[in-house]
Amino acid sequence: MKTIWFHLQGYRDLPDDFSKRYESVWVTPPNDELCDSRQVAKYLRWNVEELELADKLGFDGLGLNEHHQNGYGFPVSPNLIASILARQESDAAIVVLGNTLPLYNPPMRVAEEFALLDCLSGGRLVAGFPVGSPMDTVGCYGIPPTQVRPRYYEAHDLIKQAWTRPGPFPFNGKYTKLRYVNLWPKPLQKPHPPIWLAGGGSVETWKFATDNDYTYSYLSFQGHKYAKTLMQGYWDQVEKAGLDDNPYRAGFAQIVVVGATDAEAEKLYLKHIRNFYSKSLHVPEHMMAIPGFMSKKSVAFNLAKGAGGIRGAITDPYSASWKDFTETNKMVIGGSPEKVAGELEEAIRSLRIGHLMILLQIQSMDRELTEYNSRLFAEKVMPKIRGIWDQEGYVDHWWPQGATRHRQPLATQAKANAKARVAA
Amino acid sequence: MNAPVKQVPMTAGFPPNPVLVKGDGAPLVYLHGLLGQEWGGFLDALAARRRVYAPAHAGSDEPDELRDLDSIHDLLLYYDDLFEKLGLAQIDLVGHSFGGMVAAEIAATYPGRVRKLVLIDPLGLWRDDAPVQDYLLVPNERRAALLLGDPARADVRAHLALPADPAEQVAALLHRISALASVSHFIWPVPERGLARRLHRVKAPTLIIWGEQDQLVPSLYAQEFAAKIAGATVETIAGAGHTPQFDQPERVAASVLKFL
Repeated sequence: MKTIWFHLQGYRDLPDDFSKRYESVWVTPPNDELCDSRQVAKYLRWNVEELELADKLGFDGLGLNEHHQNGYGFPVSPNLIASILARQESDAAIVVLGNTLPLYNPPMRVAEEFALLDCLSGGRLVAGFPVGSPMDTVGCYGIPPTQVRPRYYEAHDLIKQAWTRPGPFPFNGKYTKLRYVNLWPKPLQKPHPPIWLAGGGSVETWKFATDNDYTYSYLSFQGHKYAKTLMQGYWDQVEKAGLDDNPYRAGFAQIVVVGATDAEAEKLYLKHIRNFYSKSLHVPEHMMAIPGFMSKKSVAFNLAKGAGGIRGAITDPYSASWKDFTETNKMVIGGSPEKVAGELEEAIRSLRIGHLMILLQIQSMDRELTEYNSRLFAEKVMPKIRGIWDQEGYVDHWWPQGATRHRQPLATQAKANAKARVAA
Repeated sequence: MNAPVKQVPMTAGFPPNPVLVKGDGAPLVYLHGLLGQEWGGFLDALAARRRVYAPAHAGSDEPDELRDLDSIHDLLLYYDDLFEKLGLAQIDLVGHSFGGMVAAEIAATYPGRVRKLVLIDPLGLWRDDAPVQDYLLVPNERRAALLLGDPARADVRAHLALPADPAEQVAALLHRISALASVSHFIWPVPERGLARRLHRVKAPTLIIWGEQDQLVPSLYAQEFAAKIAGATVETIAGAGHTPQFDQPERVAASVLKFL
């Protein structure tokens, strides 16, 4: 079981009445009113420090993603931050989940930068290929909704070819036409870094994952209870495609908060959870369900079943209780290390996932609290979940070749580090 | 109020276009706007004097069809094919909103095809000092206000009311969503694709009708169009919005028929 410390890199201090005053956290929240670059300067340093701390604490991977023009998380170019991490001597994976392919023109940029990151990190890169959210692609980057997926598929083909075919060769796509594709360098990992897909549960993406034998991660904030049905849809597709049931085919994102006791966790984190769910997920329906973004078939499916918002079952996150978040709706896993470990194992086994994108920094949490949460998790929870799937003998075929940390138990690693320090 | 559907077979892998056809007389083609294909009092009034053909915009039933239509240029060929299939040589062309933009493009590209041109609150031009508003990333209420008028108005509410039957409701919503998707394919994020450079080629006598209270495309765009089409006349409809033929069907139909 791999645990990836994932940083959303959000804006940590949106005003209390944010979602009452503004239509959306994405696309249109006015930058000059809300986003202070001096604060961002501070937070960006914290973000990197937190990721570096996660590396030291022994997480299997460090996770980054790409989003634009919002307060929820604006890691506009995850490759920039990833390059800082790639420079560190480490055996942790760098999971860039990912570059939003339709937004790159030409998408050679993704092939090049990922190849560079792979070389710089010693083959520790996971190359995530998300389609992108409607807000990012249609809202922020002005792509006609009907062109998002066609652009995605074409970019994917170009990047795959650039990584695997001998250059130079021509590429004649609809959106990208290149006379000479001749990547310098190609990625260090052969044939290429593991490709991960991520999404919010669209049928087309599941199919694309199984067609290409990629791993798929479901990224939502509704928790594992809600995710069960969607992940089952993915596993049904895996079975239909005649592939094995290796849990490393699947990943999942989960907000986790750990305290010394359940009561302490509630005391420390509830306000940050409320803050996140009330502000960061404040995206109106008309920005999430943009006509043409989904196929007619998917829209018909959603209309028939009556799709819910991304906040899930909680109607007022401003006032929702600890119990609402952690028990009634199970959107958040929180409490003592024992409680968290037990519930996480249940979620991991129920969803059948090998890659856990763990969210331990939740928007408004400061540097200190983030460290507290991450340390408690690394020391008291991670050892309990790390061995999941080992006994069953599953091998992770989607893990970067240069990220070798997981092959050594934590204790051994600590000893090796101590030895290295003495030698130095 | 409705009209019979004529399924016109298309080539190149496109499914048939369900053209609404009604009336007798010289042919008039009407290209719809952002609300999708519909028949109403305005077209009925035109059909009393002319044979009216009201096609559905390409891909407005199944946006996947748009994969083979990359640009306005492809779309013009699509309509040229459609007119051919309908056996129409020269037509009077009326276009509203996005349909107005397409009608202007057709008249500029095939000047011989269009006898007379009517543009009702067309898209297609852009002024930085008076940007065309967003119709896509907005709540339904706002979209209703932009396209039809104050959603508190009984006629607007009635026009947008959904059928009670769940299956019919889904079908109606899909129709609206697909219509918006198919139009956005060509004009998102800014509905300007170089029409200003081509308008000088329009040879047909042109009437430009504009709802004075158009919230989507401000009425000052009427003069922009008029300035670029030789001999065009402008008629502003007081008390009307982006869809003046919805607000005042008889009035707009009378103006169009008088001009034709």
